[in-house]
Amino acid sequence: MQIIESGNVAAALGVKLSRAQVVAAYPITPQTPLTEKLSEFIEAEDMEAQYIPVESEHSALAVCIAASSAGARSFTATSANGLLYMHEQIHWAAGARLPIVMCVVNRGVGAPWTVWNDHQDSMSQRDTGWIQMYANDHQQIIDSVIKAFCLAEEVMVPVMVCYDGYLLSHTYMPFDVPETAVVDRFLPPYKPPYALDPHTPANLNTVTLPDVRSDIHGNQAHGYMEIRHFLQEDMRSSTQALARVETRFKEIFGRGGNPFIESYRCDDAEFIAVGIGSLSYHLRDVADSLRDEGIRAGVLSVNLYRPFPAAIIAKTLRGCRGVAVFEKALSYGYQGPLCADIKSALYQGIDGSGRRPFVLNYILGLGGREITTRDLHDAFRQSCTEVQDNVDELRWIGLKL
Amino acid sequence: MKSDLIEIRWHGRGGQGAITAAKIVAKATFSTGFPGVVMVPTFGTERRGAPVFTSLKLSKKRIYDLSPTQYPDIIIVLDHLLLEESAITAGLKPDGLIIVNTPRHVDAYRHNGARIAVADVTDLAMKAGLPQGVVNSGIIGSFARATELTDMDTLLKAIEEEFRGRRPRENARSAMLAYENTVIGGS
Amino acid sequence: MGNDYCRKISHSTNGPGDAGKTGSWRILRPVLDPQICIPAKRGTPACYMCWLYCPDGVISRSIPPTIDYEYCKGCGICAEECPTKAITMVEEASFIKEDK
Repeated sequence: MQIIESGNVAAALGVKLSRAQVVAAYPITPQTPLTEKLSEFIEAEDMEAQYIPVESEHSALAVCIAASSAGARSFTATSANGLLYMHEQIHWAAGARLPIVMCVVNRGVGAPWTVWNDHQDSMSQRDTGWIQMYANDHQQIIDSVIKAFCLAEEVMVPVMVCYDGYLLSHTYMPFDVPETAVVDRFLPPYKPPYALDPHTPANLNTVTLPDVRSDIHGNQAHGYMEIRHFLQEDMRSSTQALARVETRFKEIFGRGGNPFIESYRCDDAEFIAVGIGSLSYHLRDVADSLRDEGIRAGVLSVNLYRPFPAAIIAKTLRGCRGVAVFEKALSYGYQGPLCADIKSALYQGIDGSGRRPFVLNYILGLGGREITTRDLHDAFRQSCTEVQDNVDELRWIGLKL
Repeated sequence: MKSDLIEIRWHGRGGQGAITAAKIVAKATFSTGFPGVVMVPTFGTERRGAPVFTSLKLSKKRIYDLSPTQYPDIIIVLDHLLLEESAITAGLKPDGLIIVNTPRHVDAYRHNGARIAVADVTDLAMKAGLPQGVVNSGIIGSFARATELTDMDTLLKAIEEEFRGRRPRENARSAMLAYENTVIGGS
Repeated sequence: MGNDYCRKISHSTNGPGDAGKTGSWRILRPVLDPQICIPAKRGTPACYMCWLYCPDGVISRSIPPTIDYEYCKGCGICAEECPTKAITMVEEASFIKEDK
């Protein structure tokens, strides 16, 4: 059924349709309406789940870790400083290989205090071992939540579904809400490969020695490094799992496509803008108007950020003259994290082709600074038409000094 | 930037329900021929009574640009005093339309050749049986009359749906009264 | 994932010897005097504070309580907690001399 609702409601409906069994969350702007909606569903018995109120985000994820360890499908959501308050447990959930799904409603990080959108919060969590998906519109929010549970439970790695605070969370647009029975067909009840059982007690993630050791049955038990190696291996191979999930999703729901990237008019593009989230769709309008001016422009949206789909990105950017990475996050002291990753992908990805495109890095929209179509247009146009020197210098859009 | 786009900027005060009104119109227009609909509220540090605005964009095609409306085709003002307080008509297109809830006569307003539509929605809402100050349902009637972007039946249904359990009939009646009493002038 | 899963996480089941034969770590050995120990003296299951407090679970809830010296690390908590002071901590070195 097509409805017009906010992005937060799209996420809440996705969680409800996925039949999450435990929800633990602490309210923070702009995530609050999502968890309010879930508590309403549970209170009204529209959703069969336990909503566990907690006193902090750290506790919210701790509850999800416990619930997931006991075999329950678990969900939480947060933003910005709430996400950072969870940080220690975020690493823990990944190392413990628990298929928790979390929505991150992207917001800038204090200090100074801000409630508005940028991507600093989730980008700063990229090295935690969580799969990170970014949604560009409401349809992708609800669909990604449903796919996220499916993927997480297949590879036993937690998944963050990230979407722009306010720009998506509080914006109303049409999207399709699938039927419960259809979602049930796609996402069966969670059957954990292992769950805590009071009748056979076990220790999980106790101090784990640098070296392997013999367990009480005389079998070799892995050390810390092996366990972390498996996390990396399974993260890398989760792209194949995601491709399978996407194929099944498309068969059942009739929509979807490339879960890694979305390319828009990239096939013959001389210049490609790269972005994440709603910004990448905004850039499509800019590419259209540059095409009208005779500039062959395209847009690449990165929908899966970890594991990083380096090969497919390099393949898309191969052959173009210039790349402009538009970012709402910064690795302070260097450049935008996405830009560094794009360059890294290009280094090997198009090795031997004789030519690599120049890569420019634009920083914009930090702390909710307005992003106008005109500013985007001017920046992308300059990237295509002017001789580029000092390509490594950050270019700030909308800065008023 | 796109000519097939209709941009409507709603101005009200925190707590007045401008976002709810825009949401109702979004739902009604979506169901009557605008597959591209987005309603983008602009959030500051929300305070009751402070000027707030939201952007509603309608198109026959999908909308990718979620930035706040800078050059509206239509400006809707839930409280006429806002016109004196801040530059809310900034960027209005030359052949644009301003819809105002005001007790004043339409001739009291002039804006660079824009069409002006007025109704005393505050008064009409009370006549419809709503408490004082509930104007967000009523202004939708003025919107329907002045723009003809969608039909009144669809809007009334959307209003009753949105206000379910919160005086749906009075809210619909308020919109109907505003529809009947909107006066269009200007240009 | 299935059976593989438990090998990809840090998972262990409880049982003696998960950290090896920790009895060799001991410098002081807890020795229980059945003349003073409450359950031993009365012949009824009672007290068992040593069993309750032992962090390594090497004391049995039996009459008299027994201590598994294969795994007892000699921390001395049982001796500290015993309300009748029935457990004394004795230098391991003295037993080595005895063994000779």
